Amino acid sequence: MSPGASGKRIVVAEDEPSIVVSLEFLLTQAAYEVHIATDGDEALRTLYRVRPHLVLLDLMLPGVDGFDICRRLRADPQLAATRVVVLTAKGRAREIEKGLALGADAYVTKPFGTRELMATVRALIGGA
Amino acid sequence: MLQGWVVVLASFAYLCLLFAIAFYGDTRADRGRSIIANPYIYSLSLAVYATAWTFYGSVGRAAADGIGFLPIYLGPTLMAVLWWLTLRKIIRISKVNRITSLADFVAARYGKSALLAGLVTVIAVLGILPYISLQLKAISNSFTILVQYPRIEMPNMLGSVTILQDTAFYVAMILAGFTIAFGTRHLDAAERHEGMVAAIAFESLVKLLAFAAVGAFVTFGMFDGFADLFTRARADERIAPLMTPFGDAGSYASWAWLTVLSMLAILFLPRQFQVAVIENVDEKHVGTAMWLFPLYMLAINIFVLPIAFGGLLSFPHGGVDADTFVLTLPMAQQQTGLALLAFIGGLSAATGMVIVETIALSTMVCNDLVMPVLLRSRRLRLHERADLSNVLLDIRRWAIVVIVILGYLYFRLAGEAYALVSIGLISFAAVAQFGPVVLGGIYWKGATRAGALAGLSAGFAVWAYTLLLPAFARSDWLTASFIDAGPFGIELLKPLALFGLSGLDETTHAMVWSMLFNAGLYVGVSLVTPQSAPERNQAALFVDAFRRSREPTRMWRGTASAPELQRLLGRFLGPERAGEGFAALARERGVESAAELPGDAQTVQFAERLLAGAVGAASARVLVDSVVEEEPPGIEEVMNILDEASQVIAYSHQLEEKSHALEAATSELRAANARLTELDRLKDDFISTVSHELRTPLTSIRALSEILHDNPDLERAQRVRFLGIVIKESERLTRLINQVLDLAKIESGKAEWHHAELDLRAAIEHALAATSRLFEDKNIALSTELAAEIPPLMVDRDRLVQVLVNLLSNAVKFCAADGGCVRVSMRRQDDQVRVDVADNGIGIRPEHRELVFEKFRQLGDATNSRPQGSGLGLAICRQIVNHFGGRLWVESEQGRGSTFSFTLPIAPSLAGRAGA
Repeated sequence: MSPGASGKRIVVAEDEPSIVVSLEFLLTQAAYEVHIATDGDEALRTLYRVRPHLVLLDLMLPGVDGFDICRRLRADPQLAATRVVVLTAKGRAREIEKGLALGADAYVTKPFGTRELMATVRALIGGA
Repeated sequence: MLQGWVVVLASFAYLCLLFAIAFYGDTRADRGRSIIANPYIYSLSLAVYATAWTFYGSVGRAAADGIGFLPIYLGPTLMAVLWWLTLRKIIRISKVNRITSLADFVAARYGKSALLAGLVTVIAVLGILPYISLQLKAISNSFTILVQYPRIEMPNMLGSVTILQDTAFYVAMILAGFTIAFGTRHLDAAERHEGMVAAIAFESLVKLLAFAAVGAFVTFGMFDGFADLFTRARADERIAPLMTPFGDAGSYASWAWLTVLSMLAILFLPRQFQVAVIENVDEKHVGTAMWLFPLYMLAINIFVLPIAFGGLLSFPHGGVDADTFVLTLPMAQQQTGLALLAFIGGLSAATGMVIVETIALSTMVCNDLVMPVLLRSRRLRLHERADLSNVLLDIRRWAIVVIVILGYLYFRLAGEAYALVSIGLISFAAVAQFGPVVLGGIYWKGATRAGALAGLSAGFAVWAYTLLLPAFARSDWLTASFIDAGPFGIELLKPLALFGLSGLDETTHAMVWSMLFNAGLYVGVSLVTPQSAPERNQAALFVDAFRRSREPTRMWRGTASAPELQRLLGRFLGPERAGEGFAALARERGVESAAELPGDAQTVQFAERLLAGAVGAASARVLVDSVVEEEPPGIEEVMNILDEASQVIAYSHQLEEKSHALEAATSELRAANARLTELDRLKDDFISTVSHELRTPLTSIRALSEILHDNPDLERAQRVRFLGIVIKESERLTRLINQVLDLAKIESGKAEWHHAELDLRAAIEHALAATSRLFEDKNIALSTELAAEIPPLMVDRDRLVQVLVNLLSNAVKFCAADGGCVRVSMRRQDDQVRVDVADNGIGIRPEHRELVFEKFRQLGDATNSRPQGSGLGLAICRQIVNHFGGRLWVESEQGRGSTFSFTLPIAPSLAGRAGA
């Protein structure tokens, strides 16, 4: 299966390089078109440019943080269809609630299981 | 022809006419159609001020003194101007508080003090006796003279007749009888006597008419009008000097004092208080009285000088007492009818005074002197008697008789030695003593009961000493040496020249001293004595009379039985009136009947006020308290409640202090709580951050491991790359765990320290060697400047190297990418060694310079991705340096690099061994 064969675009907004490596491998392997952003501003730019079907969003991004991005995403009709999977090392109930309240579709806690993560992504936007 | 029986008959006829008017007035009042609810009747009744003194005495005074008679009328005229301020306020207070007499007023003002009420009563009675005697003297003399008609002969000296032969005695008895008839027919809760007031108003017209008739006859009948009379008077060498007022220097003081004296008298003579205050129907009437009363005074004084001068001109050889001119001039002119009218006028003036005065005094004696004593006497069991209203009336009847008899006795003892006016002035001076306590009481809240008692007692004592005793002495009742040389020969205590004050007339002298002592002690003692709670309550009630619309409240708690209160009232007012009163209260409060009235404060207050009308405020309070005695709240407790209420001021001060202390404690607690919360938050943050820092490498390790596991046929290069990341992240995880544990150990004091002598220079070189790879990798220039002569330090070598390595690797990390250079220097600074590690990187903003030493505070911004590292390094370094007794800090210039420096102390014992 060639990269992007599913026709579904995913933006990965994550600043930890080794995590980016693993996510990029997993998503590409599953035939998604993957775009990487390593800080908040880049993430926003990428989102507007790519208009992805889904974004894997780390909450602790440098610059504009994940909560902000999530809110702007939901406020913008152009990006309203984009599914948001929040990816965070903060696993406290309060933060999960906050993320979901801001319009996240799923909340995945680090360290995640690769199969579960991929199942979540598939459930949201379909694909391979 | 004017025979004795004609005069007696005319006199009785006149008195009966007065009585008929009074009876009519009372009947109308009972039907609720008052004839005295009229400002003109009120003003006329105030003219009871004009007595036989005015009628006969003014002429006598004028004949001796010219216009010296005037101050007695100027004073009231001046005071009338002030009535709107004084009299109206007194009326308002009296109505609201159901005041029944002057004594009641004073007592009520000073905390309902029975003692004060008694004192005022005693002063009033003793003070007024001379005044009553004056009236008796005037009536009996005028009678004696008139029955000699047409001969004009002065009455015999008193010593020559026995009491039973003395006209004055019979006059006294008849007047007492009439007074009893006027004033004690029934008991009125408000002590009001409408019929009497009507009779007095009529009487005022009669005496004015009679005096004016005589005056007109003298002026226009005997002479050709005022001009003729005065011209002839001026021509007479005896009379001419009288035309010049203020003949001698003492006169000015005398005038001033007499004016003041009469200003006070018009307010505080018991009969004036009775008609002006107690009998007042509507305080608006004061407004009319303010101009009508002075007008009356003017009218009755117009003919004083003409009659005086006419008398002096008609009886040039003396032998006729000037006090009798009003009567003797018509007699000398054979004017039978006019002479009889003059007599009736004088009789009218005298009886009016005696009736009102003795009624007022008897009320005081009964309510404020006798009843309090009787009620306290358990032997009489008075408080158990069913109906006391007859007892009260009997007491008053007896009081009237006794007062009139005492007045007569004074007349027998001391009356002869004085002219009418002089006798009257003694009484004026006595009642003037009420001035400070009453006027002070209605305008000055600070006046106390003790002050009032002290002032009144002192003023009264001085009055008795300087006026009453000399009067007795002059009548040979005391040795004359008492006056001439002072008691026991002490000149300073001479009654008529007290403390060496001489040159004043008797009355002025007495006024100066009595007022000085009275007002002085009143104010002085008031200032130094505290007010009890009821006093404070009453003071406010009186002084703020115009500001309060509500009725006075009495602090009272607990319960009393309404029927019992009603029974109590029944005993004093009669069951019928008590029943009516309670029925009215029941209607007002919306309950079925009086029996269902709650025994609360309002009912008790109502009962007390109603009772106060009959027996005065002080007695009413004692009585009401006796009914509620068995209930817990006795008078003591009522006092306590009032005290408690008043102590709020004191307590609030303490409360304020306590609240300040509480505030301080609260803010301390708040601060402590904030510290705890902050610590808690820090701990939470720390755990959260540590967990985050652990999860990040774990995420990579887990994800990549799973990928490797699920994809066994990955390309080799890919697999090697993934495994490399896993290994690197595992190392990072290990390092992080070690550092967290390390920091925890240091912070909790459980870390192991191996202190030993250390050559710092060698340690730095060791650290540089350990980090040389980093410098080489990033191609960073290193320069060192290490002092050679450094004494050894006592530190843990491994820990110190840990600090140095950390600072060096940080320096490398933040150095400029191109042309980066790090400079390490070491030098001695006093008893310390200082090490600097400087880079030429981006620097640290001032507000972040302390933050870098906090745990997990890694600096990074939007343009810099997060630096590598756990974020614990500098926190641990600082802990270590602090443990060594040194200091670690950073200096930085933005864009031009940062310098991390630390100092370490040189151990004193090693200090000498430089560069071992």
